[in-house]
Amino acid sequence: MEKIFSHPKSLRDISTHYCPGCGHGIAHRLVAEVVDELDIRERVIAIAPVGCAVLAYDYWDFDCSEAAHGRTLAVATAIKRVRPQNIVFTYQGDGDLAAIGTNETIHAANRGENLTVVFINNAVYGMTGGQMAPTTLLGQKTATTPKGREAGLQGYPLKISELLAQLPGVKYIERTALYNPQEVMKAKKAIKQAFQNQIDNVGFSLVEILSACPTYWDMSPKKALDWIGEAMTKEFPLGRIK
Amino acid sequence: MTGNEAIAQGAIRAGCNFYAGYPITPQNELIAYMAQHMPEAGGVFIQAESELAAINMVFGASAAGVRAMTSSSSPGISLKQEGISYIAGAELPAVIVNVMRGGPGLGNISPSQSDYFQATRGGGHGDYHSLVLAPSTVQEAYEFMGLAFDLADKYRAPAIILGDGMLGQMMEPLVIKSQITNPKSQTKKPWALTGCKDRKPNIVRSLYLAEGGLEKLNMTLQKKYKTIREKEQRYDGLFLDDAKIILVAYGTMARIAKSVVNKLRENRKKAGLIRPIALWPFPDKAFALPAKSKVKYLVIEMSYGQMLEDVRLAVNGRCPVEFFGRAGGGIPTQEEIIHKINLYGKNI
Repeated sequence: MEKIFSHPKSLRDISTHYCPGCGHGIAHRLVAEVVDELDIRERVIAIAPVGCAVLAYDYWDFDCSEAAHGRTLAVATAIKRVRPQNIVFTYQGDGDLAAIGTNETIHAANRGENLTVVFINNAVYGMTGGQMAPTTLLGQKTATTPKGREAGLQGYPLKISELLAQLPGVKYIERTALYNPQEVMKAKKAIKQAFQNQIDNVGFSLVEILSACPTYWDMSPKKALDWIGEAMTKEFPLGRIK
Repeated sequence: MTGNEAIAQGAIRAGCNFYAGYPITPQNELIAYMAQHMPEAGGVFIQAESELAAINMVFGASAAGVRAMTSSSSPGISLKQEGISYIAGAELPAVIVNVMRGGPGLGNISPSQSDYFQATRGGGHGDYHSLVLAPSTVQEAYEFMGLAFDLADKYRAPAIILGDGMLGQMMEPLVIKSQITNPKSQTKKPWALTGCKDRKPNIVRSLYLAEGGLEKLNMTLQKKYKTIREKEQRYDGLFLDDAKIILVAYGTMARIAKSVVNKLRENRKKAGLIRPIALWPFPDKAFALPAKSKVKYLVIEMSYGQMLEDVRLAVNGRCPVEFFGRAGGGIPTQEEIIHKINLYGKNI
């Protein structure tokens, strides 16, 4: 009988440190499945961010580097420039990509670096204990917005994907969400496209993934998935942005 | 050729394949030279969006296994400290050039030696060191690039070239050498990120959360630093056999000090010079005089006494250590130094 489903080769068969209901486990697996399907495991170099996903290299079974907080795309730029034959991708959270690393993000995108970016937007800082992220929704309570995010005090949720879409160097941006199986499959398709673009030398490609953080949203895993669909997708509409 | 251009030329000659930098005076000739000549040499040049991006690009290029460097001047070097700490923590080789200018703050663009502490003490967070070399001529600036890349690769550590605006801007004849690196120094880099074909995946990291993990890394680093302290001290000595007063100066300041020593010798005064070439590891060995010899040291810097502390540590109270320095654009002159020495009396 033909084997049609198995554990991805690029994902180590161990438990993760992520909280119950966290989206990182799913996103890691989607990346690993795509890497296997494109048969690029031996060419891939990943850059993990500072944030909950810094230990991604414990789970992925291919070459990985850390980067200082926010400098992920600067590190990736250099690796790709000196090793264009490799497939280089970053995996970044909202704080890394859209707060402390905004400069590196915008300029790597504007240079049109031939890179793949997997951008996890969970609207909160997870690793440090649930503080406000640039993507925190208005009214959302966090450790540093105890009364809920207020536009007049903390500004608006930053739509970095829409900002980046303005840049001519950016070739592909799609926003996806991990809250039901259909959307998970769409996210995988988008990730695959972003990797295929790099293989085809198309240029800067980014997939934003709305992902649950039940712990710091103070919700059950099920409620957190519902909140992605009901609240997050209102602020961050899904689909192809560029 | 200017010192800045000689540094860039030396880097390319040393096999540097990657340069990222951000403009800042007085090192702009360096980045411009790289922009023109690095692509010709088959390497990568990137004008980064900031010093932070530049040093982290160096981190990435080095992690990918190539010889990588950045350059800047004092305020820009301050911005790079986070990245240098990460490079030290991840045990990556890299070369960082600091063409020092006056500080603190935005300061000015005059030559200065006020970043000695920052360069030799680590500069960023954590217990680490960079190897620090201080060229005093354009020729040395060129040749030390080979040495810096060799040392960085050998010890998998950041190496800093500490020059100043005077060295960067001055023009001197340069003898281009065909080889400025040790051919044996081109070490293999099995740790580099190249894709995990036919081997287990490599990880470049400086995060160690498990109990004891980070202490183990620190012990590895300290062991490495002990070896470097034993093997990589470098200095130049002049008239040390009979000197009663020994001037201690590095970089361009050592050239002025050397003129002073020669002038004093013409007047039959027993002056000598110690010129530290490596600032870290500091050449303690140069100060290991016989216990009976009575000398006085005079440290001269374009700062208010930074290397002075290392000289005092090396001398360890055995002889008097005096200091003369100016900073913020002021450069100690021969006359000022001789005046200072004359105050010590006629027994010299």
